[in-house]
Amino acid sequence: MNAQLQPNVAIDDALVIAGRAYRSRLLTGTGKFKDLEETRRATDAAGAQIVTVAIRRTNIGQDRNAPNLLDVLPPQKYTILPNTAGCYSAEDAVRTCRLARELLDGHALVKLEVLGDQKTLFPDVVQTLKAAEILVAEKFEVMVYTSDDPILARRLEEIGCVAVMPLAAPIGSGLGIQNRWNILEIVENAKVPVLVDAGVGTASDAAIAMELGCDGVLMNTAIACAKNPVLMAAAMRKAVEAGRDAFRAGRIPRKRYASASSPLDGTLG
Amino acid sequence: MYMIVVNGQSRTCAPGRTLRELLAETGYAQRRVAVEVNREIVPKSQHALREILDGDRIEIVHALGGG
Repeated sequence: MNAQLQPNVAIDDALVIAGRAYRSRLLTGTGKFKDLEETRRATDAAGAQIVTVAIRRTNIGQDRNAPNLLDVLPPQKYTILPNTAGCYSAEDAVRTCRLARELLDGHALVKLEVLGDQKTLFPDVVQTLKAAEILVAEKFEVMVYTSDDPILARRLEEIGCVAVMPLAAPIGSGLGIQNRWNILEIVENAKVPVLVDAGVGTASDAAIAMELGCDGVLMNTAIACAKNPVLMAAAMRKAVEAGRDAFRAGRIPRKRYASASSPLDGTLG
Repeated sequence: MYMIVVNGQSRTCAPGRTLRELLAETGYAQRRVAVEVNREIVPKSQHALREILDGDRIEIVHALGGG
């Protein structure tokens, strides 16, 4: 394990997931990029330390000499977060996580997502709960993608998930946070990190998530499908940092009427 | 010849071959993959010991870009 992933390294305002401390609060996906070089450059510009990957069948006979994602984003440098994207049942998701653990030499951290249908890609929460129970019992460290439902988020935390990741909006939609009151409620109730996962469209969406008190943001499409993915990755990095700082600084309350910034005493008579 | 299914595709396999030999033949000897036989994971340490049997359904997976 790389020094930057050690839990004891002193990092100011670290994001701690499953006992490991991270400087970056922006987690990025590795799908939909033009090629692996763009993936590498965007991941670097995002400053991401945790990157999601999908687990898929190999293309026998076709990828014999093709470069591998894990050569570009080596597990020694990045925390690889295998996901269960494309799974529509608890059984498939658990199977995928077991394969990921074998693939990554016993690595326990996984992103659980069990989808409900192809149109919305909303999580199937019943299957998600079922899969989470099995995975936690098998000693996986489960970061769980879920709907923006505070009660469900609490249940997933109670089961033993190491992070709860409510959606901002449907995966790949770019609509931004649709229900910030729900996200706020989830953040205020949670004792594990809460990360907004999916639905972010642009930098301000990420900043809003962080201003609400989220511990991090996970995104893929907003970066990979921007006209300039590397520039968008840099923008997202700054937005996440700015949103986090604004949250820690404590914003002023909203008021309906003006409050002068300059002294009222000594104005010319 | 045995008939086996690898990643959904039927192929023949000579009796007595091991999983490790199959992986070498298909180009995955030095690559980071995980292998399931009949829905059971076969750990890397067992690849050289696991003999392929007639009718085995084998899945070879790897990591690729995803969100």
